[in-house]
Amino acid sequence: MIKGRAWVFGDHINTDLIIPGRYLDDYSSKNLAAHVMEDADPEFPRKVAKGDIVVAGRNFGCGSSREQAPLALKHAGVSAVVAGSFARIFYRNAINVGLPVITCANAASRITPGEEIGIDLHGGWIQLPSGERLSFSPLPDFLIRILDEGGLVPYTRKRLQGR
Amino acid sequence: MAAKTFAEKVLSHASGKEASTGDIVTARIDLAMSHENSALVLKAFQEMGGKEIWDRSKVVMLFDHRVPANTVKAAEGHKAVREFAKASSISNFYDLRAGVCHQVLPEKGHVLPGMLIVGTDSHTTTYGALGAFSTGIGATEMASVWATGELWLKVPDTLRLSLSGSLPLGTTAKDAILRVIGDLGADGADYQCVEFVGQVVDALSIAGRMVLSNMSVEMGAKAGVCFPDAKTDEFLLARGKAVNRKIASDPGATVRQMLEFDMSRLGPQVAKPHSVDNVVAVEEAAGIPIDQAFIGSCTNGRLEDLIEAERVLRGRQASQQVRLIVAPASRDIYIEASERGILSSLARSGAVILNPGCGPCLGAHEGLLAPGERCISTTNRNFKGRMGSPEAEVYLASPATVAASALKGEIADPREVNR
Ligand code: SF4
Repeated sequence: MIKGRAWVFGDHINTDLIIPGRYLDDYSSKNLAAHVMEDADPEFPRKVAKGDIVVAGRNFGCGSSREQAPLALKHAGVSAVVAGSFARIFYRNAINVGLPVITCANAASRITPGEEIGIDLHGGWIQLPSGERLSFSPLPDFLIRILDEGGLVPYTRKRLQGR
Repeated sequence: MAAKTFAEKVLSHASGKEASTGDIVTARIDLAMSHENSALVLKAFQEMGGKEIWDRSKVVMLFDHRVPANTVKAAEGHKAVREFAKASSISNFYDLRAGVCHQVLPEKGHVLPGMLIVGTDSHTTTYGALGAFSTGIGATEMASVWATGELWLKVPDTLRLSLSGSLPLGTTAKDAILRVIGDLGADGADYQCVEFVGQVVDALSIAGRMVLSNMSVEMGAKAGVCFPDAKTDEFLLARGKAVNRKIASDPGATVRQMLEFDMSRLGPQVAKPHSVDNVVAVEEAAGIPIDQAFIGSCTNGRLEDLIEAERVLRGRQASQQVRLIVAPASRDIYIEASERGILSSLARSGAVILNPGCGPCLGAHEGLLAPGERCISTTNRNFKGRMGSPEAEVYLASPATVAASALKGEIADPREVNR
């Protein structure tokens, strides 16, 4: 079970809002984390705490293929992203860097900023403080395996060793 | 055998089994492109324990986003990749010499119809203009492609867009795709393979089709394809490539949605800040003062784009209020535009001509915007902060509209300044 405090954003949060191009010559995820989401909410990089969960509307992560977007979120301490829908490259990148992504249509309208929520990845539901549960379709098994391994790097390392 | 879509055909071939829409397949990659972010790919590749690239002939690398290196950090990234490319004997390594990846790969004959291509860049969809299934992936995935030559992919649904009629004078592929994205929305084609068909597509040059495929990702598409025809053959032959195979969806294949757009009465379009689907007719944006006008990028930095802009500007001066910046998308385009006198004519009109590359498109260098400034640009994204300050504004339009706006110092209808 993933547990954390919710930050709630709107629709179409693009990769330039998650991590602007002007910082991308820096290959340190830690440095990037200091700017994560700053163009969407200038308070976010300072106030985000380990374990927090980002909740958003439709088309989260649209825009560029920059893997720094999920990496910056992960290094800022974000433990999962829940959105109405995801842009496909962001979705793949998040899994590949070991950041759980959950597609749940009405999450952004049902979750209140700042409240503590829980996510059961395998069971496919989100626990709200009110006791209510929002359900989602769990990820396909092999994507959960990549997440469980900690991302595509450790996952592929194992595969290569097994050859 | 059941009728198949284009996506099903390419992914069946690449996975070695009959794949249908919705299936997840492990596919063999025909071509793998990475630019500056090769530095990130390399890091992940080493962390994975990767030693040798699975097939060196299938990898293309170059630098285009920050060329020549604009910071010491960028220079360090370039250096690491350059040394790796040399040590790994990557023959298709262009360094900073060739131009923007999405122009260079087709131009140098790397792209063939029916190929499965991945690139660490969202606009990798561009190669769909030649009938390839081509999509963007992340750096870590690319590392696993380098190591294994394979990638998991879901066979996408198909959205067929028929662009019918013919584009009126002064209206271009850019205006057509902006209108489509404006109508369908920034996630209107999410996860789908968009097929561009119809008279408008047939009539477009390969360069024009590249604009459609390039921007298909701005409505969330996984791939955006134009089926190969005689123009594709001609393009390939000019690059010494044999015309390999015809590929298109079978008649009767199941597509999720078919939409028709009649383009016969379309005029120039403009995408207003801060999203690509915020599209209006140029008349509705006309008169908005601008500080900068940019012509270039993998969307509209091709020869015909420079020609179109030069035709508007020829013999006239860009407004004193405007910084007009032009970046040819590739070195080949630069040379040809230079030899034809297009670059000197643009420079006489007041343009600053940049080296081939992404230029200011991604807000890294060569023309950043200050807070409160406004730019009209032939690029593909107008997100907040895209070209510099998050308090700046970016409007997207065709090269003719950008050139007309540069002349007037405000967003302008190219049909009014055209001669
Ligand atoms: S020109 Fe712009 S959109 Fe195209 S590859 Fe370069 S940065 Fe990306």
